[in-house]
Amino acid sequence: MGRTNGQARPARARGKASPRSAGRGAARRLRLLTVLPLLAGLLASCDSGESGPVRLNWYNFPDDSGALAGAADNCSRASGGRYRIEYNKLPRGADGQRQQLVRRLAAEDNTMDILGLDVTWAPEFAEAKWILPWTGSNRRNATVGTLEVPLQTATWKGRLYAVPYNTNTQLLWYRSDLVPKPPTTWAEMLTMARDLAEQGKPHYVEIQGAQYEGLTVWFNTLVASAGGSILNATATAPSLGPPAVRAATIMRNLATSPAADPSLSNQMEDQNRLAMESGNAAFELNYPFVYPSMKANKPDLFKSFKWAPYPGVDPGRPSKPTIGGIDLAIGAYSRHPDLAFEAALCLRNRQNQMAAALEGGLPPTLRALYSDQALVKSYPFAADVLSALENASVRPQTPAYQNVSIAISHTLSPPSAIQPRSDIENIGSQIEDALESKGLIP
Amino acid sequence: MNTPTPATSTAPAPGGTEALSEGARQERRLGWLLCAPAVVVMLAVTAYPIGYAIYLSLQRYDLRFPGQAKFVGFSNYGAVLSSDFWWEAFWVTLFITAVSVAVELVLGFTLALVMHRAIFGRGVVRTAILIPYGIVTVVAAYSWQYAWTPDTGYLAALLPSGDAPLTEQWPAIGLIILAEVWKTTPFMALLLLAGLALVPEETLRAAMVDGASAWQRFALVTVPLMKPAILVALLFRTLDAFRIFDNIYILTSGAHGTGSVSILGYDNLFTALNLGIGSAISVLIFICVGVIAFAFIKLFGAAAPGAEETGR
Repeated sequence: MGRTNGQARPARARGKASPRSAGRGAARRLRLLTVLPLLAGLLASCDSGESGPVRLNWYNFPDDSGALAGAADNCSRASGGRYRIEYNKLPRGADGQRQQLVRRLAAEDNTMDILGLDVTWAPEFAEAKWILPWTGSNRRNATVGTLEVPLQTATWKGRLYAVPYNTNTQLLWYRSDLVPKPPTTWAEMLTMARDLAEQGKPHYVEIQGAQYEGLTVWFNTLVASAGGSILNATATAPSLGPPAVRAATIMRNLATSPAADPSLSNQMEDQNRLAMESGNAAFELNYPFVYPSMKANKPDLFKSFKWAPYPGVDPGRPSKPTIGGIDLAIGAYSRHPDLAFEAALCLRNRQNQMAAALEGGLPPTLRALYSDQALVKSYPFAADVLSALENASVRPQTPAYQNVSIAISHTLSPPSAIQPRSDIENIGSQIEDALESKGLIP
Repeated sequence: MNTPTPATSTAPAPGGTEALSEGARQERRLGWLLCAPAVVVMLAVTAYPIGYAIYLSLQRYDLRFPGQAKFVGFSNYGAVLSSDFWWEAFWVTLFITAVSVAVELVLGFTLALVMHRAIFGRGVVRTAILIPYGIVTVVAAYSWQYAWTPDTGYLAALLPSGDAPLTEQWPAIGLIILAEVWKTTPFMALLLLAGLALVPEETLRAAMVDGASAWQRFALVTVPLMKPAILVALLFRTLDAFRIFDNIYILTSGAHGTGSVSILGYDNLFTALNLGIGSAISVLIFICVGVIAFAFIKLFGAAAPGAEETGR
């Protein structure tokens, strides 16, 4: 092998200069070598801000279906080179998403343009002045044709702070081979489960009983269905009262009856889905994602896998299931708010919402899409979802929602140990503290 | 790194002392200049955040209500110390600390003796014992979590059907301690192994000649000679265990009364976004850690490694 220059040079250097000075020379060269690219990179990054389309950062939940990335591409193209939307994936869990958004916004990060907010975050982000209100034509474009209840989630103190991107709601899923006619109330459902248990058939009612936000959603749905609400109309005080006590009683009754899955107090949406697919359950209260999953995983059970409206509390009064979903907000520190509003409206236009519904399984927020044949074909329950959405309830709208939710899920867990009257009183005083940002959360 | 001070104090002084002390002064100044960046960095990364946390803990400061920030004195501390959640977390933390450190000490000592006395396959034995310590805590915690969750877990499958131990307070705390012990016993064993090396073979042999039984040799010779190593190991582990976070975060997220004080601080800072209350909790944890360290160093005479090399 021939000697390269690189190998020869140190040998010569050793002869002439002391090793120390050679080392120093090498260090200087090394320093130059590392600094130059850094400087170049710095200059380049300054340049790229000036030329080409404006880059808008869209932070949203991680979507594996490709629908969100597709929407970003569609809108970038449609802008005619004025902006390019970069889709940045947030962490998987809602808490992780919120934390990342909050940390960046608290540091006044000016690259936060379009933010995908969970339906419960708009009030707190608005109160902290992290997101811009929607006014004028932006507001008109955001509200026209949009379902009413999702809009409520994006409204705080009478102002609109986001545009609903997708929504979601729970249905009752049941096995028609076990239960020919679906129950319409919780009491009816528990009786059916008890009968099935006596016959030795699958009889569990799958619901989110773990100590997390899903438990709050269950409670909120029951309180609303019983004609009450967790907070008063102005979100300044708890308004629990008898409907909340009834809700807590129903939760305990389920947890202490044969209908309860033994791991109820550990279950979230996905465990519910798995338990239903394993064939041990007769009922499941869950979001529509369970439908394609059952179809793919258990074709046998899928034949008798049917849906019905969420059961009510009183006979004759329809239930008010809690909605979920994502609202798009514009970051208050964005350098291009006007383009961001425009881009957000594009991201949730008809075509992109349809793609999100068909590819990602996310129910749209534009009312007209529910009668679209393409949607009805892949979502045979579209009409039920729509009627659930029209009757839906929202989670307590307050900047302190996290604290309220934790107070509820912490106190009502495990459901089998609920003491309806004293627990509700306890939740009430914790909510009072939370609304004044006093006290601790567990 | 060479510090200039010893060099000047021990330097011989041929010729005029004035010129040398001038040189020494310059050298000392150079020394300060050289370590100034490190001092600045240390102040920036440790003193500033601690000071800022103390400042925040005296404010009503909720990120969601920026307009309502104001100085409130010690009322955040009052809120924390009068809260049941703090005391529950505090007792849970103390319990986990006491039990896990005690178990780790016994197990660690056993493993250290095994490693010390292993005649064949010493390398294999030591590697095998150290494996748990090499696994990232969060990864290990996830595997424990899956193992104890019904349906997915091989360990949960051993329990009566439907038992979900991670959803009940005491079983969950027990499993957290188990995960903690599993992970850090090797560390304890490693520290104690270093201590065992301090015990001279001759002393043990002399004791044997004097007719001391194995237990007497252990209790009256080995343990006293190892006292510094044992105390350092206990100090490290107690401080670590008191700040326990990752295992609980993964296994239960602090649900069902299993949260430690660190989890409580994290939740109040990052979930409730209440910087005032969260900082007050952090400062209280800091004080607790200080008290533990003080107790070990002053009352039991533990020393930092290297500070006391005589073995007594």
